[in-house]
Amino acid sequence: MFSVFRDIYSVLWVDLRFLRRHWLRTLATSVVNPILYLVAFGYGLGQGISFEGFSYLAFVMPGIIALTAMNSSYGGAGLKLHVDRLFYKCFEEYLLSPISLFSLAVGKALIGVVRGLIASVALLVVGVVILPTLIVSPLFVLVLVSSCFVFAFLGVLVGLVAKSHQDMGTFGTLVILPMTFLSGTFFSLSQLPEAAKAVLYVLPLTHSSESLRAAALGQPFPWLSFLALLVFGLVFFAGCMVALKRTSV
Amino acid sequence: MEEVITTEKLTKRYGDIAAIEDLDLNVHAGEVFGFLGPNGAGKTTTIRVLTTLTKPTSGRALVGGFDVVKEPDKVKGMIGVVQQHLSLDRDLTVRENMEFRARLRHLGGSERKRRIDELLDYVGLTENANRIVEKLSGGMKKRVSIVSSLMHRPRVLFLDEPTVGLDAQTRRRLWELIRRLNLDGTTIFLTTHYIEEAEALCQRVGIIHRGSLIALGKPLELRQKLGCVTVETLVNNKETRYQYFADRVAAKNYVQSLPPDVKTIIIRESNLEDVFVEQTGQKVEDD
Repeated sequence: MFSVFRDIYSVLWVDLRFLRRHWLRTLATSVVNPILYLVAFGYGLGQGISFEGFSYLAFVMPGIIALTAMNSSYGGAGLKLHVDRLFYKCFEEYLLSPISLFSLAVGKALIGVVRGLIASVALLVVGVVILPTLIVSPLFVLVLVSSCFVFAFLGVLVGLVAKSHQDMGTFGTLVILPMTFLSGTFFSLSQLPEAAKAVLYVLPLTHSSESLRAAALGQPFPWLSFLALLVFGLVFFAGCMVALKRTSV
Repeated sequence: MEEVITTEKLTKRYGDIAAIEDLDLNVHAGEVFGFLGPNGAGKTTTIRVLTTLTKPTSGRALVGGFDVVKEPDKVKGMIGVVQQHLSLDRDLTVRENMEFRARLRHLGGSERKRRIDELLDYVGLTENANRIVEKLSGGMKKRVSIVSSLMHRPRVLFLDEPTVGLDAQTRRRLWELIRRLNLDGTTIFLTTHYIEEAEALCQRVGIIHRGSLIALGKPLELRQKLGCVTVETLVNNKETRYQYFADRVAAKNYVQSLPPDVKTIIIRESNLEDVFVEQTGQKVEDD
């Protein structure tokens, strides 16, 4: 067991060194988008609107934290791995070492988790200042950390299977971007027809947003959504393992 | 003599195309073995199979007595690999790249530091330890790549086209390093398409063409088998022909007997390129 943790840390270590050198740039690029969303939707568009008994700002804040966790975890894990694999070609060093594929998958996902948490916590600090009613409970933290893991594993998976830079861009445009706007981040899914709801519940960010919002606003917690989020995480992790096994053909 | 690498009918196919086919090879402990052939001949595929990165379609390969498919971790524990492309994280420093490899190979903190310092000194890179890899020259990057693969003291070092793209001076410096590593006890498996590199470094060579081994032995033996002296002639001012002779006397006798429409270009010592040309009808750089 000790060797598994040591190997996971060895994989994470190299990405932490990179993060340490570029932490300010990483943090700045991670929080600019969510702060723009917050200003545009929360303060601009949502001024004076109330939603499900809360101000629109209070409604939208947990959703923006969820999408920040998604973007930073997905990008943090996937983009560097993609660059290492296809451009620097140093990813095979992991495969030439005696560490297990499990340690490799988890270690590569952890940098996404770290970056997702840094960006989310930075935004959360802003959120708590402007919305003191926001509840940061252990359940909220659990959902946030779980969301980071789920999207970090998605990033690792896409980073492993993408055959080119264009593939990464295409996935971002066709999957991540629509998920950003359609997963109940900026509006309530309860307003939508059943068919549309059924489609949007297939997106992991929907479950992340709903669970975080319920925990942050003290609403009844949607355990089924949280379970669905964990299932997404397991599926993405299994995908990573299959992709890693297939790297040797 | 102990064999550190053995392959038996080793084959790797991609669909209908055989990258390597029925490869029977053995590399002795302590030697520099050169795998010579043109681009696309199957050299890199062979290295990938021997280093566990690619699974063979059929046949068997043993490294240090361990099967590359059944016991990959044991193989990984005893080999170092320097790939043709620079497999370094160019955003990190030289020391960080080395530490990364050391961590992956389970070297403890104090041993890690000692080994990194020792290897940096070995290749004269101590002054550059904290420089970002991206900012180093091509030769320095290659040296970092080589020493990074030595962190765990591998018994066998695989070098895939180690000097490709480097200038002549840097190439010779790397040759010196490879010789030193070999003298210090490391078995070296080196692929190259440079004839002079194979002749300068390797105690034995295997020549590969379109996935098949076409010659195997000591460079001198292969040349002797062909004929140590080569006569190049130009026929009708168009076609270059090669004839091989055991010595210069036989070669000169042949030249004197040539008809007037055949011009002698040169009489010279045979090299491994001649062995390749004779076996395949092509030059090493043709493919």
